[in-house]
Amino acid sequence: MSLQFLADGLLMGAMIGLGAIGVTLTYSILGFANFVHGEFVAWGAYACLVIAGLIGLGLGIQAEPLGPFSIGWVVLLAGAAAMVFTGGLALALDWLLFRRLRRHGNAIVMVMASFGASMALRSLLEFLFSSAPAYFSQEIQIAVPLGLGVRVTPDQMLMLGLTAVLVVAMHLLITRTTIGRSMRAVAENPHLAAVAGIDVTSVIRKTWLIGGALACAAGVVSGITVQIRPFMGFDLLLPMFAAAILGGIGSVPGAVVGGLIVGLAESMAVQFVGAEYRAAIAFLLLIAVLLVRPAGLFGRAEA
Amino acid sequence: MTARVVLSATEIVAGYEPDLPILNGAGFVLREREIVTLLGPNGAGKSTLIKAVAGLVPVTSGTVRLGDQEITRLPAHTLIRRGLGFVPQTENVFAAMSVEDNLLLAAAILPRDRRAARVAAMYAMFPDLAAKKSLAAGRLSGGQRQMLAVARALLVEPKVLMLDEPSAGLSPKIVGAVFETLQQVRASGVAIVLVEQSVRAALAIADRAYVLAEGRNRHEGPAPLLRDDPIIAHLYFGGDPVAAP
Repeated sequence: MSLQFLADGLLMGAMIGLGAIGVTLTYSILGFANFVHGEFVAWGAYACLVIAGLIGLGLGIQAEPLGPFSIGWVVLLAGAAAMVFTGGLALALDWLLFRRLRRHGNAIVMVMASFGASMALRSLLEFLFSSAPAYFSQEIQIAVPLGLGVRVTPDQMLMLGLTAVLVVAMHLLITRTTIGRSMRAVAENPHLAAVAGIDVTSVIRKTWLIGGALACAAGVVSGITVQIRPFMGFDLLLPMFAAAILGGIGSVPGAVVGGLIVGLAESMAVQFVGAEYRAAIAFLLLIAVLLVRPAGLFGRAEA
Repeated sequence: MTARVVLSATEIVAGYEPDLPILNGAGFVLREREIVTLLGPNGAGKSTLIKAVAGLVPVTSGTVRLGDQEITRLPAHTLIRRGLGFVPQTENVFAAMSVEDNLLLAAAILPRDRRAARVAAMYAMFPDLAAKKSLAAGRLSGGQRQMLAVARALLVEPKVLMLDEPSAGLSPKIVGAVFETLQQVRASGVAIVLVEQSVRAALAIADRAYVLAEGRNRHEGPAPLLRDDPIIAHLYFGGDPVAAP
């Protein structure tokens, strides 16, 4: 039996995990399930596509592929710029919408507002770019054999590398820096955080900024390895939430491990049960884990 | 010569809802190196008063002054930088974070070159915490948590420390240790406002006391006098005069 399905599951899981980091941070600090996160994934990918195009047009550069990958440095540079753009978009959305609603402190109103904003942003994206898929590159990738019947493309390896770098960077940010400690403090107890001298509003803004940038990163790697579509973020939304909850809300390593578990479960479902049951199997697994550990794998039970 | 006033709250009207004030003109004055305790029955507004001073409850009218500066309605996070520390009654440490991270978090408002020294000073003052640096604060005992909460507030060398029922949920032996620590803190030059249900313990270490009821000041005076006043004991403390411990 080929173990390709395991590799596919891990690759899909890495992508879900990367997106889930932003979900888990915003959920723990902002205190509501932010459905817009999926749209930030798609907006980030399209922003990268547009910026890469503008760089190409402005500098008259042909986007030559970098080594064995299908993309060149132009896409990587555009990806960094798109992360800033998407972080700014998240910040703008908070300023326009969520900042006002936050004053009333009603989480369900915030969730419904995020649902509405999500649909509006997705429709706008579809209006601007149509629902036809777009690609960063038309280069054909040859999968490299890794043994045991597993083949992986260079782009997929790049995606794994980028995901690993971002996960480690985020983990260090959260655990070793002042802003990371402030984010954890606000997530746990915003009133005590304020008394301790933390500007809670500033931490919330930084959370939107970082969450938007991470969603963009997930969108770009998904765009490189699969394709870019207005619904790409929406399709990833439920698996990302599942991963964040499975890993334990607020835990960066938990989000990644949760993503890998969801990805593997979906892939195994396709292999052994049938593609139509992939989502059901992943969510059954989620329910099973939560029955045993309600706070998730890396989460802390409420005192 | 009368000592300088370091904190004053005058005619404070405040509450969680704009049309439903809990405080109806309450206030207090705190002088240098003084311990002032706010007493009264449940619902009197003691905790609300220090939360209003700390910027956690909206103030409708009245004035709060820290030294020469008016601080009424300033955001809570700016007050510790001005020298006003606050230790809430419950959930007063970040339970998921280590002892060290709790202190480093508080130290973040200090210049970088002073942070390590201040954290070390807190470990010297509270040796129990030094032995449990890496432990999650949520796993500390009740007394150790209270010490960590006090250390977090003291780390930035405030001029004034406000504590909301530091004895809540602690055994009498631990309460004794906490109150002994508060006397050491006062001796180091920090003035203290103490909200307490444990009247006997509070009056034993306080210089002056205010008795609140229904959001207003009802009595005030030197702690020993209030302690021995049979009318006050009967009206507000539910029984006989509070004997000195």
